[in-house]
Amino acid sequence: MKNTKDLRTERRNKMILTVIFSAVSIIYMFPVLMVLLNSFKANTFVKTDTFAWFTEESFVGFENFIKGMTFGGYPFWKSALYSAVITLLSTFLILLFTSMAAWYISRVDSKFCRAVYLTCVFSMVVPFQMVMFTLSKTADTLNLDTPWTIPIIYLGFGAGLAVFMFVGFVKSIPLEIEEAAAIDGCAPLRTYFSVVLPMMKPTLVSVAILEIMWIWNDYLLPYLVLDRTKYMTIPIHIQSLKGSYGTVDLGATMALILLSIIPVIVFYLLCQKHIIKGVAAGAVKG
Amino acid sequence: MKKKKVGNNNIIRNDIRKWAPVFLLPMLAAFIIGFVWPFLQGLFLSFTQFKTTSRWEWVGITNYVKAFQDESFLYSFGYTAMYALVSLVLINVLAFAVAYALTLKIKGANLFRTAFFMPNLIGGIVLGYIWSMIFDGVLGAYGESILTNSTWGFWGLIILMCWQQIGYMMIIYIAGLQAVPEDMLEAARIDGASSSQTLFRVTIPNVMPSITICMFLSLTNGFKLFDQNLALTGGLPYIINPDGSSVHTTEMLALNIYNTFYGQNINARGTAQAKAVLFFILVATIGLFQLVSTRKKEVQQ
Repeated sequence: MKNTKDLRTERRNKMILTVIFSAVSIIYMFPVLMVLLNSFKANTFVKTDTFAWFTEESFVGFENFIKGMTFGGYPFWKSALYSAVITLLSTFLILLFTSMAAWYISRVDSKFCRAVYLTCVFSMVVPFQMVMFTLSKTADTLNLDTPWTIPIIYLGFGAGLAVFMFVGFVKSIPLEIEEAAAIDGCAPLRTYFSVVLPMMKPTLVSVAILEIMWIWNDYLLPYLVLDRTKYMTIPIHIQSLKGSYGTVDLGATMALILLSIIPVIVFYLLCQKHIIKGVAAGAVKG
Repeated sequence: MKKKKVGNNNIIRNDIRKWAPVFLLPMLAAFIIGFVWPFLQGLFLSFTQFKTTSRWEWVGITNYVKAFQDESFLYSFGYTAMYALVSLVLINVLAFAVAYALTLKIKGANLFRTAFFMPNLIGGIVLGYIWSMIFDGVLGAYGESILTNSTWGFWGLIILMCWQQIGYMMIIYIAGLQAVPEDMLEAARIDGASSSQTLFRVTIPNVMPSITICMFLSLTNGFKLFDQNLALTGGLPYIINPDGSSVHTTEMLALNIYNTFYGQNINARGTAQAKAVLFFILVATIGLFQLVSTRKKEVQQ
C-alpha cells in the first residue's frame, strides 16, 4: 500500500522536475536565441530593443550578414578559413607527433624520457601569461607567424596534455601484441602505425576534441603570434570589431557571432557523445 | 615487478631506441620552441630590465618589488580571488544540483544535458560579446551599461561563467554520480533513510573525488580567466588615483599582466614578466594541490 503511494509521489516529482528543467533549458538557450534575433535587426535597435520581436523598422533581413562580410576592414571568410586551417593542421600535428612521442617515452622509459615526460606534465600547470611575451618573440624570430606555421607553436605549447593522456593510455596496452609484431620482423615504424595507433583510437578522439575546442576558440596566442596585418582568426576578428573606428555596428557584430557559433553547434550536435567523453577524460587529468 | 616489466620490454625497447629522431624529435623540438625555451627565457627576463628579449640589463629582484608595489596588480589579485571563490561556490552547487536531478532518470534528461553543456563550446571572446549585448539590453533601460559600474561587471562575469561552466562541471558530476554503487543506495533505502539522508550520507561521500576535481578546476579556471574578462568589460570602469596611476576595477590578474606587457609604458615589461612569474607560481601551486589531493583519493579507493 505504502509502496504504491511512494511510487506515485516519486513519479509525480519526476514529472515536476521534467517541467522545471524544460523551462530552465529554454531559458538557458536564451542568449543564443537573442543572437539569432538581433542578427536580423538594424544596428540602433540592438541596443534599445534587444529583447523585442521584429518591427517593420527594425527588421533588416540579411543586410547585417552582407555588411558583416567586410566589416572591420577584413573579409570574414578569410578569418573563418584561417581558423579552420590552424585548427585542423594543429590538431593533426598534435595527434601524430605527441602519440608517437608518448609511445617512445613509455616503451624506452630511459632517464631522459622520464625527464621529458615530467616536463610535459609540468607544462600543464603553467599559465599562458608566463610565456606569452617570450613565446611570441621566439615565434617571430623563427618566422612562425603564418597560419601554416603557427601549428608548430600549438604542437609545442599543447604537447603537455596530449603526451600526458597518450602515455596514460599506452601504459595500459599489453606488451605482448607489440612483441609479437617485433618478433615477426616488424620495424618500429610499422609496428606503430599498424598495431599501436589503431588501438589508441579512443584516446585519439578525446585528445582531438580537446585540441579542436581549445584551438578554434583560442584568442591570445594567435593574436600575439600571427602577423595581424595579413592573418586573422574568428576570435581575433570579433575582438577587433570593438576596437575599430567609430561606433560599432552591433547588428553586423551579432550576424558574425551567429556565423561563428553555427559551425560549433553543428559540430557539437554531430559528435556530442565523443565531445562529452573527451571533455570528461581531459578534466579528470588536467 | 618493475624489473620484470623492463625485461619484457627489452626486445621492443632496443628496436625503438634507434628511432628517436622519428618518434621523439618532432614533438621535442616543437616543445622546446613552444614551451621550454620561452619558459626559461621568461624566468630569466623577470630579473632584468628589457624592451626586447635580446636587449636586457640585470636588475635582480627590482621587478618583483615593483610588482608588489603596483596597486593595480594587488587590486586585480584581490578581485580575481574574490571572483574565483564566488564562482567556485555558485558553479559547483548549481552544477551538482543539475547533475543530481538529471541522474534521477527523469524524462528528457539527455536533452537537458545537451542544452546545459552547449555554451561550453563557445569561445570566451564570443561569449563576452553575447553577454555584453544582453546585459546592456537590460541595463540600457535604466541608462546604465555593464561598463559603468564595477558591481555590474563583477556579477555579469559571474553569470557569464556560470552559464558557460555549469554544463562542464555537470558532466563530471554525472560521471561521478553514476558510479555510486546501486546496492549502497538500495541498502540505505531498505534501512529507511530519507532521500536527504541518502544524499548527504551516501551519495555525496561517494562523489567526493568528483567534487574535489571540480572545485580545483573552477578555482584554476577562475584565476586564469582572460578572454571573457577582456571581451565583457575589458577592465572598465577605471579609477584615476591622485598620483596619476589608474586602477581598472574589473581587471583580473591575467588581463593586468597583459596590459602591463603591452601597455604604453614599454619600460614596464620587466615588471610584467615578474608579475607573470608570480601568477605562474600561484596557478601551479593550486595545480600541485589538485594533483596531490586527487592522487590520495585514488589510492584510498
